[in-house]
Amino acid sequence: MRAQRSRQLQGWLFIGPALLFVALFVLVPLAQLVATSLTDRSLLGGGRFIGVENYLRIWRDASFWRALAFTVQYTIVLTPILMGLGYALALLTFDNTPLKRLTRTIVFVPVIIGLSSSSLLWFWLLDEQVGLFNKLLVDLHVLKEPIVWFVSADLAFWAVVISITWKVVGFGMVLFVSGIQSINPDIVEAAIMDGASYWSRVRLIILPLTRRILLLTTLVSAIGSMLAFDQFYIMTSGAPRGQTFTAVYWIYQNSFVSFKLGYSSALSVVLTLVILVLAALQIALTVRSEAA
Amino acid sequence: MSAATIATESVAFAPRRRRRVPPSAYLAVAACVAVMAIMAAPLVFSFFASIETVTETSSAPHCLPHSFSLQNYLKVAGYQAGLATYVGNSTLVALMTIVACIALAAPAGYGLARFSTYGKEIAFLILLAPMMIPYQALLTPLYLDFAKFGLVDSRIGLAIVHTILQLPFSVYLMRNAFEAIPREIEEAAMIDGCSASRRLAYIFLPLAVPGLVTVALFAFINSWNEFLAALVFMNREFSFTVPILLVSVRTGDHGAVDWGALQASIILSIIPCLVVYLALQRYYISGLLSGAVK
Repeated sequence: MRAQRSRQLQGWLFIGPALLFVALFVLVPLAQLVATSLTDRSLLGGGRFIGVENYLRIWRDASFWRALAFTVQYTIVLTPILMGLGYALALLTFDNTPLKRLTRTIVFVPVIIGLSSSSLLWFWLLDEQVGLFNKLLVDLHVLKEPIVWFVSADLAFWAVVISITWKVVGFGMVLFVSGIQSINPDIVEAAIMDGASYWSRVRLIILPLTRRILLLTTLVSAIGSMLAFDQFYIMTSGAPRGQTFTAVYWIYQNSFVSFKLGYSSALSVVLTLVILVLAALQIALTVRSEAA
Repeated sequence: MSAATIATESVAFAPRRRRRVPPSAYLAVAACVAVMAIMAAPLVFSFFASIETVTETSSAPHCLPHSFSLQNYLKVAGYQAGLATYVGNSTLVALMTIVACIALAAPAGYGLARFSTYGKEIAFLILLAPMMIPYQALLTPLYLDFAKFGLVDSRIGLAIVHTILQLPFSVYLMRNAFEAIPREIEEAAMIDGCSASRRLAYIFLPLAVPGLVTVALFAFINSWNEFLAALVFMNREFSFTVPILLVSVRTGDHGAVDWGALQASIILSIIPCLVVYLALQRYYISGLLSGAVK
């Protein structure tokens, strides 16, 4: 009995420090966040309890809804591009020949560099005066003359989508390659023997057998896009006229530019709830695939 | 069983074809080469631009360098507080993040994997909480708290935030690494009278080195590259990390973009990640697979 109790205690001693860290730097701030969201706190002080006033204000705040809609639009456009291209690259490179390994290594390089580095790199490539991307499009006769990407919200949106596609397409590819490689080769072999064409093998064997990893990667990727900030801060600064603010950017703007701390806390709570739903889905799926 | 069903199904859909040496193999090679060229081009051209003279970098777009010079790099080296300060800040924050992640996650993973504690599942869920609660939302309260304790403009403060980011992944990975170690090994040590913490130090950690390398690798790359928290917490010139330096170089001293200095600092910011990734690619990919999606 006593041995068992001391083993209990030992277990907690090992887990304890990490738990304490999370409590101190995640759970306490989370409680503070909720508390602050019910006040009118600003840089000048304040902190008067005003109930759900901030949340009612969010409801009426057109700028917030525009930022959220923009973020959702960004996620909905970007995620299928990333998953589709990532899957195509995985189909191209999943067998382990030296050339295909090399291709995978190079496609993955942008994933490990910083988002600030890649965003500035594309800011340069897309520049109307010194940018090579514009020059390429002009040389290929796609454009008559270089375009200024960051003056219109639509063009700026696509500029970011292009840069992020380059940056993270390798992430999905690597995960899909591992999914495809874990398919029992006998199944594919049998299909080839029966004369199944390449596309029917992809459609009827490979895709269905990698469905779970596809779903999980889609979720991970979508969560990332919903929290987008760096690329917009660096490439568009929210311009023109605040049309390219994302949800996180809008929170940053309220917290650290105009110091409406109470209001930005309420915004943060709303964002947390949105992400919580997506993350809970992701964890449920991970645990299920672990059990399987 | 299902293999046969699927195979007959696909036959039903697909027209039968004669088998021959596929020209598609050549097509695949061409596609691979094209993909590599497209993916590598931005970095290669940025590197070329960085080793030109200042005037060449800011002239009309061109692919190959028109001149060779280290002017841009020298300029970055002496930028504001000096490149050494910024690289030093980033390195120190990354090292502290690595140490904190291992010091917290290794024992926690051990406790979760090897002790049948009451409420272990709840503890595990709490440790995964930072995955579900985006740190972007916690920056406001963290900033207010850190301001009270002098942790703003502090490398320790930023390392704490980066540890929050990395901890769930690290705990998850260490738990899995320890669970994969056969119980017999530990039982033998227990019979020999080896205490729990000695078992962790002398049996589990040496066997879990690949897991530890993966934890350290992710902590390094993610801390080195992290932007938003560094932007919020590091406000003074002397406390900037490399990603903040990049943005500052872009803005420049005179308002006009200094393209050459920008390319040089982009290349410099990428090199550590590239070296670490190429050296430890295997660990990175395995970590990605077990962490992001099991």
